[in-house]
Amino acid sequence: MKQLLTFIRKEFLHVFRDRKTLLMLFGLPIAQIVLFGFALSNEVKNSRIAVTDYSKDPVTTQLIDKISSSSYFNIQRNLNSAQQIDAAFKKGDIRMAVIFPANFSTDLTHTGKATIQVIADASDPNLATTITNYITRIVGDFNTQSELSTGQPLQILPEVQMLYNPELKGAPNFVPGVMALVLMLVCTMMTSVAIVKEKELGTMEILLVSPFKPIYIIISKLTPNLLISVVNLFVILVLSALFLDLHVKGSTLLLIFCSILFILTSLSIGLLLSINAKTQQSAMMASLMGMMLPTMLLTGFLFPIENMPWPMQVLANLVPSRWYFIIVKRVMLKGMGFGAVWKETLILAGMCLALFAISLRRFKIRLQ
Amino acid sequence: MSSTTSAPVITTDKLTKRFGQFIAANELTFQVAKGEIFGFLGANGAGKTTAMRMLCGLLKPSSGKATIAGYDVYTQTEKIKRSIGYMSQKFSLYDDLTVAENIRFYAGIYGMSRPAIKEKTAQLLKELQLEKEAKTLVSELPLGWKQKLSFSVSIVHDPDIVFLDEPTGGVDPVTRRQFWDLIYHASDRGVTVFVTTHYMDEAEYCNRVSIMVDGVVAALDSPTRLKQQFGRDNMEDVFYELARKATRKAD
Repeated sequence: MKQLLTFIRKEFLHVFRDRKTLLMLFGLPIAQIVLFGFALSNEVKNSRIAVTDYSKDPVTTQLIDKISSSSYFNIQRNLNSAQQIDAAFKKGDIRMAVIFPANFSTDLTHTGKATIQVIADASDPNLATTITNYITRIVGDFNTQSELSTGQPLQILPEVQMLYNPELKGAPNFVPGVMALVLMLVCTMMTSVAIVKEKELGTMEILLVSPFKPIYIIISKLTPNLLISVVNLFVILVLSALFLDLHVKGSTLLLIFCSILFILTSLSIGLLLSINAKTQQSAMMASLMGMMLPTMLLTGFLFPIENMPWPMQVLANLVPSRWYFIIVKRVMLKGMGFGAVWKETLILAGMCLALFAISLRRFKIRLQ
Repeated sequence: MSSTTSAPVITTDKLTKRFGQFIAANELTFQVAKGEIFGFLGANGAGKTTAMRMLCGLLKPSSGKATIAGYDVYTQTEKIKRSIGYMSQKFSLYDDLTVAENIRFYAGIYGMSRPAIKEKTAQLLKELQLEKEAKTLVSELPLGWKQKLSFSVSIVHDPDIVFLDEPTGGVDPVTRRQFWDLIYHASDRGVTVFVTTHYMDEAEYCNRVSIMVDGVVAALDSPTRLKQQFGRDNMEDVFYELARKATRKAD
């Protein structure tokens, strides 16, 4: 036990002596949150939209004025046919089109109900959600105001249509994605590099010749990374709560439990990579290419998995972050309990156990 | 200095390691006495590393017998590990730790008690005249010092035997000479030194030398007698005479 503590102490010294890496480790989640939260802000200003008015009556004019007076939109009125709108979408000239149908005013006068068509380019799901929400709110406001001033109930209903990505999967928030990405990267890369470093230095031989147990080497290597990752987790959660007003809706304890499970899984992957890598550089490359790309692409955080061809979907099932991402979304964003995520948790736990068992076995074999 | 009369600390009897059809080490039989400096020579691929790994308990032999410090290499590897030290060609020190931290770490993983580690650290620093550098990062030390420190660290837990795997690779002759002073010092205290090298001047410093060729021990005696036996002036020629008979390729 004392030997183990000696080793763990040494590992912490390695971590703290390497200022650059340390900065990167803790800077990464902060940078990601800032980047995704502010630079890629959800608040959209001066979005180019098209307004096509087939009805041309006082109500539509009023409503269009209201829309254009908001700072969110930059209106282009010159698109007067479905083809033109379609072409503008394809070229990316407009983000959204608001269409008042020809029978708008007749419907409104006769039934008190009318619909407007809102079509958004959902290839950027975040943006599409945001701007359609703005429009819906503006129209809602307009309804209320008219009712107050005229005493007549007015129902203008925006009919929202999402182009290109109707389900808006992966859109609601980026924080679960950032969590999966940061934890996966830090754990996998740091672990694999830490072990390969000993091999490169030649110190691994010394450790193997010493009475120090291989399992202790593994534990010592994993401990600082586990701790750093838990700190990172809290940094992300606190930053999200403070700056993005995104609070954990469900049980924080459950979230932390699942996160630690995911961290352990990532650590095991790092361990597995380190066994095959010969140099720190190759370990780093393997973690980056082998882990970061699948995590980005197959987690469902940037691209919806449901839209992928089936071989990719099968592949995505093998990516641990995919399951973690689902858990975080459900627990953190939707406030669901363990009942809703037990399956994913079980899959993650299974992956964690399997990976750890394999890497432990491989690690021992190498000693023979 | 000659071999003492006490019981040998390393004995091997037809120790063999096969990898499939390939016999890496073939029926090695030799004994090393306590306090002896035993040179283990051979061209690359001759089977030195395999033999050394078996003796360190890192590799299970295919057949034959061997005891290290009285412990069996098949069944008592944990006890062997406690009785030996090891230093490789790469200095095996952590660059980003200080001199004192390195000593403390290696003493620590051998399970030495805190007061013992403290005492040993002070003693080592004094012997190496590194007291002022205790808090210096190893990366800032000159090569020669690193090497001496590395050797001292490998025997920090007072092992019966220390295995040195090409410990002076890539080091200048002056530093090598100083390094050998440390080896003699350790040998005087009764530590058995098992050393592999490619430098023939170093072979001359050993009490006895074995030369491996193609997995077998081709010659084993004191440098003086080996030179007589082969009728050569220096170990370089003796080694060349034997090594050129090798049919195996270097790995």
